[in-house]
Amino acid sequence: MRYMVIVKANEDSEKGVMPTTEQLAEMGRFNEELVKAGVMLDGDGLAPSSQGARLRYDEEGSATVIDGPFAETKELIAGYWVLQVSSREEVVEWMRKAPFRNAEIEIRRFHEAEDFGEAFTPELREQEDRLRAESAAHRGA
Amino acid sequence: MEHGRTASATAAEVRRVVDAVWRMEAARLVSALARVTGDVGLAEELGQDAVVAALEQWPTDGVPERPGAWLMATAKHRAIDTFRRNERLRAKTAELGRERAIEEETEQDWAAALDEVVEDDVLRLIFIACHPVLSREARVALTLRLVGGLATPEIARAYLVPESTLAQRIVRAKRTLTAAQVPFEVPAGADFAARLSSVLEVIYLIFNEGYAATAGRDWTRPELCEEALRLGRILAALTPGEAEVHGLVALMELQASRLRARTGPGGAPVLLADQDRARWDRVLITRGLAALERAEQAGGALGPYALQAAIAACHARAVSVEDTDWARIAALYEALAALTPSPVIELNRAVAVSRAYGPAAGLELADALAGEPVLRGYHLLPVVRGDLLEQLGRREEARAEFERAAAMTRNERERAVLIARAEACTQR
Repeated sequence: MRYMVIVKANEDSEKGVMPTTEQLAEMGRFNEELVKAGVMLDGDGLAPSSQGARLRYDEEGSATVIDGPFAETKELIAGYWVLQVSSREEVVEWMRKAPFRNAEIEIRRFHEAEDFGEAFTPELREQEDRLRAESAAHRGA
Repeated sequence: MEHGRTASATAAEVRRVVDAVWRMEAARLVSALARVTGDVGLAEELGQDAVVAALEQWPTDGVPERPGAWLMATAKHRAIDTFRRNERLRAKTAELGRERAIEEETEQDWAAALDEVVEDDVLRLIFIACHPVLSREARVALTLRLVGGLATPEIARAYLVPESTLAQRIVRAKRTLTAAQVPFEVPAGADFAARLSSVLEVIYLIFNEGYAATAGRDWTRPELCEEALRLGRILAALTPGEAEVHGLVALMELQASRLRARTGPGGAPVLLADQDRARWDRVLITRGLAALERAEQAGGALGPYALQAAIAACHARAVSVEDTDWARIAALYEALAALTPSPVIELNRAVAVSRAYGPAAGLELADALAGEPVLRGYHLLPVVRGDLLEQLGRREEARAEFERAAAMTRNERERAVLIARAEACTQR
């Protein structure tokens, strides 16, 4: 399963204060650990909300653009990871190792196909042979 | 509800944390113990002992601040206890050439060695779990268990075998390794390529079991695909110069990118040509293309995995079937067939050639396969021939092929479709 780790903004990130070399190195080591463990799919940092915008849609679907920055700093996002793990506990344990101080992150699961309830039908079983042949062709077996 | 580390936890909560930590740490922990004890089986048991200790102590003492380090320290103590108690092991250590007369010194060596972090440990563990002395089934089970950190019941569930069967398989595999005195090392020289190909095969077997589940209720088992991907990524980080490792990772990422498009409403499988490409996973496609690039940059001719990945990449880059670079796919199948000759690959090439250069060119290739003993009874050959003949307006011959294919398939639905296609050929 896949989780998004959302890093909340703070005053510094909103001011565009860049991390120190030491902080970057620390985060680099943590990211390297995630990559080596095969769990990190993606991740990046975001520029301050002053460089962003919001779009608000009314009942007719017409959008109003609101330029940043936005006031409620703690509700803003400063960065994210996408991690592939086997449980929520695993993300929690990984993120306990993250080099954060005086910060908050949020962990959210991505929807998976199973969430939509895949009913197994006899037709599916019938077609299994055909698809197996296709995948056999793919792997050149 | 807020809860910190020190809060006491229920046994079930602890179980979940221990499972998570074990999955994160198993490979590193077991491989370090195996390096020092020289015995993978013993290393795994020591690790398991630490897990049992955690399950006993953490519910009352709380989960330690650094649970991975706690498990390692506990396993290390058990290792040294075992060493003290076990004459056989002491003798073995001596045999191994560490012939220090004073046992205490060896004991200290062990303690020091266990504190060391050796980059290649996990790679050694992967190679030993995939050792050719083991059956394929055993290699798969051992890799998932030792490197993936999966529990026996999880593996048994994924492979739909009774837990006892799987547990036996793992016990036997560990005994086989001990009996064969397989050294805990990364193979060198010419051996390396052969052993690496066994590792890649095991990882791809795990992936395929998830991608086209051979048995059971589920059409696919994404968790096995994810596990294979994780193993592949771990391996790629350990062997960054190996083109085929990146090739395999690329192939798996690209195939996995189509997982959710492979199942239609009601769970019916959807073939590549009919898939809704908007449902393909862009994150995995990006990762797959990047891995393929690394395979290409590693130098040398592309191997079978990288070639298959390159074919998958052609599909991934195309917005539609028509937009697909079929000429490149045909050329890649030709290169693949040269490396791993197979009539099934040839048949795929025939389809790609027909898409790129027209049905006549494809039919020529398909016709050449008519006498192939491997394809006797393979209904897709007459399906392809029928399809191409129909495109060429040779309806009578096409009808005969569809009828032949209909008689060969064991799939009722497919038979109905083929009979309908045969009938359509007579009507027009």
